[in-house]
Amino acid sequence: MRRVIAAFLLAVPSMVFAAGSNYPLDHAEIDLNDKASLQNGAKLFMNYCLGCHQMQYQRYQRTFTDLGIPDELGQQYLQFTGDKVSDYITSAMPVESAATWFGAPPPDLTLVSRVRGPDWIYTYLRTFYVDESRPFGVNNKVFPEVGMPHVLQELQGTPREHYETVMVDGEMIERYAGLKTQENGRMNAEEYDQAMLDLVNFLEYTGEPSRLESESMGKWVLIFIVVFFVFALLLKKEYWRDVH
Amino acid sequence: MSNVSVDASESSQAQGQPQNNNRRRFLTVATSVVGGLGVAGAAVPFIASWNPSAKAKAAGADVEVDISGIEPGQLVRVMWRSKPVWIVRRTPELLATLGAHEDQLKDPNSEEEQQPGFAKNEYRSLKAEYLILVGICTHLGCSPQHLKDGAMEQYAEGVAEGFFCPCHGSKFDMAGRVFENVPAPTNLVVPPYQFVDDTHVIIGSEAEVA
Amino acid sequence: MSGFLKWIEERIPMMRVANMHAIQYPAPRNMNFWYVFGFLATIVLVNQIVTGIWLTMNFEPSAERAFASVEYIMREVDYGWLIRYMHSTGASAFFIVVYMHMFRGMIYGSYQKPRELLWVFGMFIYLALMAEAFMGYVLPWGQMSYWGAQVIVSLFGAIPVIGPDLVIWIQGDYVISGATLNRFFALHVIALPLVIVILVFLHIIALHEVGSNNPDGIPIKHKKGSLSEADKTKWKIHEYYTDKYDIADDVIPFFPHIVLKDLVAFAIFLFAFCYIMFFMPEMGGYFLEHPNFEIANPLKTPEHIFPVWYFTPFYAILKAVPDKLLGVIAMFSAIAALFALPWIDRGNVRSWRYRCGLHKVNLLVFAAVFVFLGYLGGTPQENWKIVASQFATVMYFGFFVLLFLYSRKEKTKPVPTRIPR
Repeated sequence: MRRVIAAFLLAVPSMVFAAGSNYPLDHAEIDLNDKASLQNGAKLFMNYCLGCHQMQYQRYQRTFTDLGIPDELGQQYLQFTGDKVSDYITSAMPVESAATWFGAPPPDLTLVSRVRGPDWIYTYLRTFYVDESRPFGVNNKVFPEVGMPHVLQELQGTPREHYETVMVDGEMIERYAGLKTQENGRMNAEEYDQAMLDLVNFLEYTGEPSRLESESMGKWVLIFIVVFFVFALLLKKEYWRDVH
Repeated sequence: MSNVSVDASESSQAQGQPQNNNRRRFLTVATSVVGGLGVAGAAVPFIASWNPSAKAKAAGADVEVDISGIEPGQLVRVMWRSKPVWIVRRTPELLATLGAHEDQLKDPNSEEEQQPGFAKNEYRSLKAEYLILVGICTHLGCSPQHLKDGAMEQYAEGVAEGFFCPCHGSKFDMAGRVFENVPAPTNLVVPPYQFVDDTHVIIGSEAEVA
Repeated sequence: MSGFLKWIEERIPMMRVANMHAIQYPAPRNMNFWYVFGFLATIVLVNQIVTGIWLTMNFEPSAERAFASVEYIMREVDYGWLIRYMHSTGASAFFIVVYMHMFRGMIYGSYQKPRELLWVFGMFIYLALMAEAFMGYVLPWGQMSYWGAQVIVSLFGAIPVIGPDLVIWIQGDYVISGATLNRFFALHVIALPLVIVILVFLHIIALHEVGSNNPDGIPIKHKKGSLSEADKTKWKIHEYYTDKYDIADDVIPFFPHIVLKDLVAFAIFLFAFCYIMFFMPEMGGYFLEHPNFEIANPLKTPEHIFPVWYFTPFYAILKAVPDKLLGVIAMFSAIAALFALPWIDRGNVRSWRYRCGLHKVNLLVFAAVFVFLGYLGGTPQENWKIVASQFATVMYFGFFVLLFLYSRKEKTKPVPTRIPR
């Protein structure tokens, strides 16, 4: 039901929020109930993203609790900034110097999934490619002219644009055929996709930490309303017998 | 809602139509009960939202204090849950005087629950040397002054050192015990605390009993 | 009545008022589902006020802290997320029920004599509600809050001579800033709710003075002495009404019958409301726009700026006119035309059930055009849409012109004097 409504709404091509690119987005099949995936996503975030991007609205402790990680374990393996477990997930990088290094301060990522949507982030993380004309030597398919280096290159390997030669109307032309990675990363393509799915899952969680609580509570509220509706309807019918 | 069914049944009798009063009453009560439960349930989030938030809880978390630098006789103040907490390193001489003025005290044996179980003793502390108190008068919430070297004499005869509340003149000795004939009703509060080692104390929680 | 209640009643007439306006108020027997939206609007108003009060307990109206304090509510306050979603979902729900309520008034002619003022008060509520919603949307201080405010406030700049100064005066700064946020906050939480509550009060008083309309659009109150005893209602109706009129056997008391009907409608409404609130509070970007989850940045305009869905029909009219001042005039005229509806419609028959076929078509086309304009105003500009929105704008005003022309000598069906059984 929810999907039908959502699909209907999205079919109305209204809310275009991908930044300046028509690159087709891959669907990120994420699951907020998958604690292992969320934990792995958190690990990736803390190790690769937090160097530059903050999550200034989210606390470590809340994250650990929601992800089922004991505080001590979380502090030991996931908390590299701040000293108290109740601290916000802030970056050690000063905002001013970040702005000088990258042209703009790296955005806060607490709510990025609600701004961009999980599909966009999933595609974004997997569509960096070598482009020597850019300051960091990489560009991105869904975020052209991106001002960020490909920090996950050591995992993915070096991705390059791949072209194939096809015959169209009797002419041979070069056509873009996706990105291909040199097998020089620590992960193969499937592992990398899964890792990015985990990372997106984690970002989806931080965007709205109350999502699961909301849905489990919502179920009971809706059941309750149905019960109330039945009684109210019977009562109304009972009294309206006087009228008809 | 019960009044309603009476009114309505009167009026519908006026219409002269047959009706089932029992069913009507049952449905009225059932709908009212379910509706009442709904209203009560809807009130829960609004009431719960007044609880301390995650931010307030983080600010109110346990505080670890290094006590190695405290001189004998010195009082240091730390903040715990935005309240002043005093840590006094009491000298053996001071401890020896505590028994002398017990006849002037309201509750010399700490019968009132103003301290964790471990501090229900003559020194009102875990280690006799260290007195740890919430520095807020039990009368109306002012923070008393620490008077020492005989300055307390003017308020309590024969007591050289103690706490005096400037707001309404309540007096406490160096175990936080309240004197007679002052507005404060009870001894000063001892917060839960525990020693991690000889030089570090955590204020806010007690050691779990093994 | 017990002694205590009597003691109170003699000093403040609570039971009399309750009887007069809520219990023994004569309601037409044939009120259908279209008549529940006034009640639902009241419920939503209460929801907005209560959740709004709770949100102000943690919201910080400053450019520095507004965005963060909303996230603080969403993450750190117990059930803060629920209260915030109740408020944000409630804002859209308010407009849904109000649009239904207005359309009901149009199809059954509820604005016609003697209910002109009732309609005008309703329009003032709608106007105040739009101002309230607009200012409320600025408060989270996201990108859409900021740039939406920028666009809407700039509209005042189109006013000749004083425009530019007026914009600066409204903003309290040379751009939309913390000063703007602060004054919008004051208006949003105190001034406008007060105005809305007073207007709602007047709306209800005016309604009860002239009486509720009904799907047949015929009166239920008749001249004193014009009805035989058999034709008068047997229900207990308050003397306030029976003293002045003969009340036909077409009515039922507001309580319990109408209240119970409203209660059933409320349960259905609540189900839909909670479904959206718990499972899809963003409503696919319509109730909470995606760019608004990014903090306001005066240096970076989002790629597309749209007002929230309930403003988009008027926004489309604004965009359709290629001149700034004329566009603003067209937009405000679109609202002004609704105000003037009681005088534009010169017909004597209220309900579309008994009016000419053209009227039915005209109403349905108007509703469709309104929705279409909403679509156009809420989607990125494309070439075909410019022409389409200009066409739809003409259609929008065409409704009123047509109505004015055909309503004078309209061929209507015979109207019954009593509500058909």
